[in-house]
Amino acid sequence: MPILSVERVTKAFGGLAAVSNVSLDIMEGELVGLIGPNGAGKTTLFNLLTGIYVPDSGTINLSIDNQRIPLNGLRPHSICQKGLARTFQNIRLFKDLTVLENVLIAMHQNIKYGLLTSFLHLPAYKREEEKLLQDSIELLRIFDLDKKKDELARNLPYGEQRHLEIIRALATNPKLLLLDEPAAGMNPAETANLMDIIGWIREKFNLTILLIEHDMTLVMNICERIYVLDYGMVIASGTPDEVRTNKRVIEAYLGEDINNA
Amino acid sequence: MRKFIALGLVYAIVQILIMTNLISGYFQATLVTIGINIILAVSLNLITGFTGQFSLGHAGFMSVGAYVCAIVTMRMPTIPGFILGVVLGAVAAAILGFLVGLPTLRLRGDYLAIATLGMSEIIRIIFLNLEITNGAAGLIGIPQFINWTWLFIFTVGIVLLLSNFVKSAHGRACISIREDEIAAESMGVDTIRYKVIAFIIGAACAGIAGAIYASYFYYLEPNLFGFLKSVDVLVIVVLGGLGSLSGSMLAAILLALISTYLQSFPEIRMVLYSLILIVIMIFRPQGLMGSREISLSVFSKLGNNKLWDRFKSQKGGH
Ligand SMILES: Nc1ncnc2c1ncn2[C@@H]1O[C@H](COP(=O)(O)OP(=O)(O)OP(=O)(O)O)[C@@H](O)[C@H]1O
Ligand SMILES: [Mg+2]
Repeated sequence: MPILSVERVTKAFGGLAAVSNVSLDIMEGELVGLIGPNGAGKTTLFNLLTGIYVPDSGTINLSIDNQRIPLNGLRPHSICQKGLARTFQNIRLFKDLTVLENVLIAMHQNIKYGLLTSFLHLPAYKREEEKLLQDSIELLRIFDLDKKKDELARNLPYGEQRHLEIIRALATNPKLLLLDEPAAGMNPAETANLMDIIGWIREKFNLTILLIEHDMTLVMNICERIYVLDYGMVIASGTPDEVRTNKRVIEAYLGEDINNA
Repeated sequence: MRKFIALGLVYAIVQILIMTNLISGYFQATLVTIGINIILAVSLNLITGFTGQFSLGHAGFMSVGAYVCAIVTMRMPTIPGFILGVVLGAVAAAILGFLVGLPTLRLRGDYLAIATLGMSEIIRIIFLNLEITNGAAGLIGIPQFINWTWLFIFTVGIVLLLSNFVKSAHGRACISIREDEIAAESMGVDTIRYKVIAFIIGAACAGIAGAIYASYFYYLEPNLFGFLKSVDVLVIVVLGGLGSLSGSMLAAILLALISTYLQSFPEIRMVLYSLILIVIMIFRPQGLMGSREISLSVFSKLGNNKLWDRFKSQKGGH
């Protein structure tokens, strides 16, 4: 059973169908790429999956431990709690909070103490906060951000902000991770490094990953399967080789050199 | 620990000054006003400064606490009656906070401000027309229970509870809403729930402030809790710094002292008061404290640090 199955999902803004009749299945443990020209509807699809937008029609189902969870109509926080986490293309860190606080907030579901404890700082407060702190630092180590834990997120260099976005998403303890252009703005060396780490994260946290990326080399290299969106529709899907030679994909990318990848 | 020793000292010194009549009755009223304003400001700061929800309804919550407490203590003029009055006042205000919060918290910014303002005005008009509140004439002869000890307990208690709260995971959830609501939701924070929680806590505290007011100043009328009262509280919060509890306290004290000293110049009082506000906002637009907090360690830094270090090392050396 696929961990995520999207059936004929449509979302229009005014007259513009940003996502139109999109169906896709993602199997557990896969690393799937989602590509397409600018404005193809990739980010909109992520917003539909995470509950930020409500689909005009179609269904979205998550399956965790052989249990089917319809995501339609759920608010983003419940979708996150079901195990679907994301990063944002236009970085949405809590900029005026510290690196550590960004991660702590994302551990929200792991809070094991109630309001009374937080008012009185009963013993459970100290114990649980200590645990959250250790877990957060552990996660920050992935990108060597533990040394910068007390810096404001806004003061991190751009690349590290993208790293922190990934860590923050991991802190929600996801099964399925949606990454929206994680390598945007990075140089080739940084991108290669990021890809290694994404592969490592996937193994270590047992994740399924859906990745939006413009860098073709990268997508073709690390993704097992690829969906191609154009004008809100899925125009092709399959292995990197299948997609690379697909006529409609080549047309959609006319002018961009997809075969150089 | 040091925090509690410092607080104990403040309490004891003021208590002694009152007992030896070094603090006049007039200045005692200023102290009560300061306490009430601190409670109002820190609790509005939780809603506006920490959770990022613009509210102009604090006077409404305060009035509910004031009237409920007054109505209870006028029928039960005993200490248990007073405590019951404060508790019921806080609960009534909290329920109101919940009722207002649920439907209106889907609104943002200006809309929320207008909705909370409307709520506050509706309450005022209800109090103007109810028999039990004696309408526009108001309630007179409310038993006085508030003294320095009670004032201190309530003010310090609320400040400590709130400062614990904002340092907890639940407080962080509130702060994340202020920072970026969509990101907060996407990280699993139920933003509507935490906005309602912030409103309930804030309203309950405002209710207690109202109860203290009623139990000190003998007299209540609905027009004490108009739009301008809510604005007054908002001014304290903004002046002290959104997201800084110590800023709210500092601003509450400062503004009360300024208006006390300007009392003797009634004609220019409001003008000067406004000028001072404008000057502060020009030079410190983020408020006196920004979103930082004063901690007691600041005071030990202010004191002679080297002396203190030498003292410690000597102690360790022997
Ligand atoms: N909230 C919105 N209101 C109106 N139109 C929108 C909204 N969000 C997206 N769109 C439109 O939907 C289309 C798809 O946008 P989307 O951001 O999903 O594209 P994308 O594939 O992520 O592009 P890019 O590669 O540039 O990030 C665009 O035409 C965009 O202008
Ligand atoms: Mg996009």
